[in-house]
Amino acid sequence: MVNKRWGYWLFFAALFLAPFYLTEFRLSLLGKFLCFAIVAVGISLIWGYTGILSLGHGVYFGLGAYCMAMYLKLEASRGHLPDFMEWSGVRELPWFWKPFAHPMVAIAAAIALPTLLAALLSYLTFKNRIKGVYFSLLSQAVVVVFVTLFIGKQEWTGGTNGLTNFSTVFGFSLSSPLTQIVLYWLTTACLALIFVAARRLTSGRLGKVLIAIRDAENRVRFLGFNPTVYKVFVYSLSAAFAGVAGALFVLQVGLISPEMMGIIPSIEMVLWAAVGGRQSLMGAIIGAIVMNTAKSFLSENYPDLWLLLLGALFVVVVLLVPKGLAGIYESLVAVRIKAKRGHEREARVDVS
Amino acid sequence: MFIDQLFNGLSVGSILLLIAIGLAITFGLMGVINMAHGELMMVGAYTTYVIQQWFTSHMPHSAGLYFVAAIPLSFLAAALLGWGLEKSLIRHLYRRPLDSLLATWGISLILQQTARLIFGAPNVAVVPPSWLDGGIRLFGAVFPYKRLFILCLVLAIVFFLYMYLMKTRAGRRIQAVTMNRSMAACLGIATQKVDAYSFAIGSGLAGVAGCALTLLGPIGPTIGTYYIVDAFMVVILGGVGKLAGTLLGAFGIGLISTFVEYSTSATIAKVIVFVLIIAFLQWKPSGLLSVRTRSLD
Repeated sequence: MVNKRWGYWLFFAALFLAPFYLTEFRLSLLGKFLCFAIVAVGISLIWGYTGILSLGHGVYFGLGAYCMAMYLKLEASRGHLPDFMEWSGVRELPWFWKPFAHPMVAIAAAIALPTLLAALLSYLTFKNRIKGVYFSLLSQAVVVVFVTLFIGKQEWTGGTNGLTNFSTVFGFSLSSPLTQIVLYWLTTACLALIFVAARRLTSGRLGKVLIAIRDAENRVRFLGFNPTVYKVFVYSLSAAFAGVAGALFVLQVGLISPEMMGIIPSIEMVLWAAVGGRQSLMGAIIGAIVMNTAKSFLSENYPDLWLLLLGALFVVVVLLVPKGLAGIYESLVAVRIKAKRGHEREARVDVS
Repeated sequence: MFIDQLFNGLSVGSILLLIAIGLAITFGLMGVINMAHGELMMVGAYTTYVIQQWFTSHMPHSAGLYFVAAIPLSFLAAALLGWGLEKSLIRHLYRRPLDSLLATWGISLILQQTARLIFGAPNVAVVPPSWLDGGIRLFGAVFPYKRLFILCLVLAIVFFLYMYLMKTRAGRRIQAVTMNRSMAACLGIATQKVDAYSFAIGSGLAGVAGCALTLLGPIGPTIGTYYIVDAFMVVILGGVGKLAGTLLGAFGIGLISTFVEYSTSATIAKVIVFVLIIAFLQWKPSGLLSVRTRSLD
C-alpha cells in the first residue's frame, strides 16, 4: 500500500514536471490526453464501481466544452456578433449567449449544465428501475439528440464546424506557450484533485454501497438503502468531471465541434477505462493516456488499420482481459508476492 | 395533406420496423445487445449491390429481376455472418450484457472498415428495379410503389415470423428457451443450438432490411449507424419479448416523428420524440407490451 501511494506521488510529480522535459507539441498532446483522463476517472466511477455503462459521456464533455467555448468566442469577437452568427443571418446575440460573456458564468455552466442533464436523465430512468443495457441505449440516444440539435441549430452553435477561432482567455493570448503551460498545469491539478476525490469516495462507506449496487442492487434495496439516490449522485458526479474535462479541453485545443461529442467518441471514452482497467481509477487514467497516444500515432500513420485495430481491441479487452492493464499489473504483483512467500517458506525449511 | 403525412409516417414506421424486427429477436428474445446489427444491414445492402452488378453484366435483359434474387441472398449472407458471430463471440457473453454491447460494437467497427476497404468509402448507388418506379394516386396523394413495397414486405415478414414462432416446432423451441432457459434445457431442447439459429434469423432479417434500404437511396459503410439508435428505441419503447410491441413501437415512433416534423423541423422532431419516449417510460418503464413476470430483475 505504501508503495502504491509513492507510485501515485511519482506519477503526478512526473506530470507536473512535463513542461520541462517535453517539447511544446508533445506537451499540448499530453494536456489533451489528461483532459480525457479526467473523463476516464468518471467513467471508472460509474462503470467499474457502480455498474452503470454510459454511452453518453460525449454529451457531458461536449456541453462543458461548448460552455467554455461560448465565453472564448464572445471574448474573441470583442463586442461584435460571433462570425458564424453573422454568416447565418442572425442580427442580435441570442439571450442564452449573453451571460456567457462573464467567464465565471461560463465556468459554472460548464460544470452545472452537464451535471443537471445527467441528474435529470439518470433520475428519470433509475427511479423506474430502468437499468443495465436499457440505460446504456437511452444514454446513447441522448448523444444522437444532442448532435442533431447542435448541427441543426447552426445559427446558435456554429453547426458542424463547431466553435473555433479563439484568441484570448482572461486577456492572455491562447497561442502563447506560457499560457499553454499554465493551462497544462491547471489540467494536471484538476486531474490530481479529481483522482484524490474519487479515491476518497470509493474507499469510504459510499464506495462500498456503490460496489454493492453493482453486484446486487436488489439486496442493497432490501437492506434499506435507496440505490436510486446513490446512482443518480455518482452518475451526475461523473458527468461533472466530464464537463470540467471538456472546458479544459477547449482551452487547450481551441476547437469544439459536434463530431467530438458523437456516438463514436462517447464509446471510445468507455474503451479508455476498459483498457486501463475499469475497476481501477489509476488504471483508467493510464488507459486514457495510452489509448490516445496509440491513436494519435496509428491514426496518422495507418488510418485504415486504426479502425480495424480499435474494433479488435474492443473484442479482445472484453473477452480476454476484462480487468484491463490494471488487472494485468495486479496479477503480476500477485505472482511476485507468491514467489517471495515461496522463498520465505523454503528459507524457513532450511533453518529448521 | 393529412393523408400524405399519414402515409409518410407509416412508411417511416415500416422501415424502422424492418430494422427493429431483427433486433426484437436478438435483443428482445435473447437479451443480447447486438451493436453490429446495423452492420449486418450493411452486409445485406452490399450483397444487393453485388447481385445487381452481376445481373447487369451477365443477364442485362432481365436485370430488373435482380431484386427478387437479392432478398433471399442478402438474408443468407447476413444470417451466415450472424451465425459465425454467435458461434465465435456472442455465446461467451450471454451472461454479460454490457460486455456484449462493447464487443459487438468492436465487431461493427471492423465490419465498417472492411466494407470501406472492399467497396471504397464513398456511397454506391443501387438502381431500383424499373417495375418499382412510379406510384398510385389515391385521395389526392401519391403513394410511391417503392414505399408500398417496403410496407408490404414488412407486413409479410411479420406474418411469417409470427407463424414461425407460434406454429412450427423450431419456433416453439425458441419461445421455450426465451421463457425459461433451464426448464427448456431440462426438457431436452438443445439451447445452444436454438441460440445459434435464432441469432442467425435475427441477423438475416437485418440483411433483408439492408436490401430494402437500397430502394430508398445510395448505400455506404456507415448506413447502419444511421438507423441503429432509432431501432433500439423502437425495441425499448415496444417492450421486450413480444413482437406486437415492436410493431406498435415502430409505427408509433414513425407516425409521431413525421407529424412532429411536419409542424416543426427535423431537428426539433428528434428532440421531441426522445423526450416523449422518456416520458412514456415514466408511465410504463418496461415498454408498451412486455412479458409479465414475477421475477425481480
